[in-house]
Amino acid sequence: MTLVLNRIDDRLIHGQVVVGWGQPFDIGFIVLVNDEVADSEWEQELYRMGTPPEMDLFFHSVDAAVSALARYREDPRNGILLTGDVTAMRRLVTDAGVREVNIGGIHHRPDRRQRLRYVFLSPVEEEVLKAMEREGAIVTARDVPAANAVDLKSLLETEEAAR
Amino acid sequence: MSDAPAAPRAIVAGHGGFADGLVSAVQLITGRGDLLVPFSAKGLSGVDIEGSLRRLASDRGLRVVFTDLQAGSCTMAARKALRGMGDHVLVAGVNLPMLIDFVFGDQLSATDAARHAFERGRTAMSLIEGKP
Repeated sequence: MTLVLNRIDDRLIHGQVVVGWGQPFDIGFIVLVNDEVADSEWEQELYRMGTPPEMDLFFHSVDAAVSALARYREDPRNGILLTGDVTAMRRLVTDAGVREVNIGGIHHRPDRRQRLRYVFLSPVEEEVLKAMEREGAIVTARDVPAANAVDLKSLLETEEAAR
Repeated sequence: MSDAPAAPRAIVAGHGGFADGLVSAVQLITGRGDLLVPFSAKGLSGVDIEGSLRRLASDRGLRVVFTDLQAGSCTMAARKALRGMGDHVLVAGVNLPMLIDFVFGDQLSATDAARHAFERGRTAMSLIEGKP
């Protein structure tokens, strides 16, 4: 399995992904799973321009990614699987066998409570993350490789404002 | 070239305190920091960065954005925010010499000043090596 990181990040392709994880893990490709981007040539070109030329970038809708992931796992290069929200990743846990999930960035929204500097979760999202663990996935939060991973139980017990 | 800074002419966007730091340095060196609006992506989603930049650009009539990193969130969001806004310039990888050139380019339109500053900024770095 060469998908070394299965990341939820609402910023999708950005510096932490391309540089922060991409360089130390010698990432050769990124699989971006997002229905909106999969349907927009313009957005795909935008993300390609933000990615180093030696790094391949593939786009899939959530439905298409379910069957496509097996192919990427056979790629000899290291890759990153990226979704913009917990619901898309849940689908890949349930239907495509993803077993490690990284919460890399879910930012402020009025219905979300802050858990870490870079993680805000709504009650619904918390339940979706718990469901992933019940299905056998290990869920941790970690924005960059140099940071400590925070397991889901600790994450949901954390109130960032009180720290 | 006028002596007094006029209204803001560009947004400087970046991670953490990057934009505030650069703009404060421009102010310190030139007294023209008011020509730049600093923006931090700290704690914001991609959608919120895009929305904030679009509002800043629309409300203040700004068509120039300097960002810190080519693949960064601000650059991605700025490209989306500026799309459809007519003549505009987005410069990724901004540095201090570039901004100093820009704030002294008030005889040019903001977009032309940004193009000029880009050329200045890309040649402003030098490598100075010591001998063992």
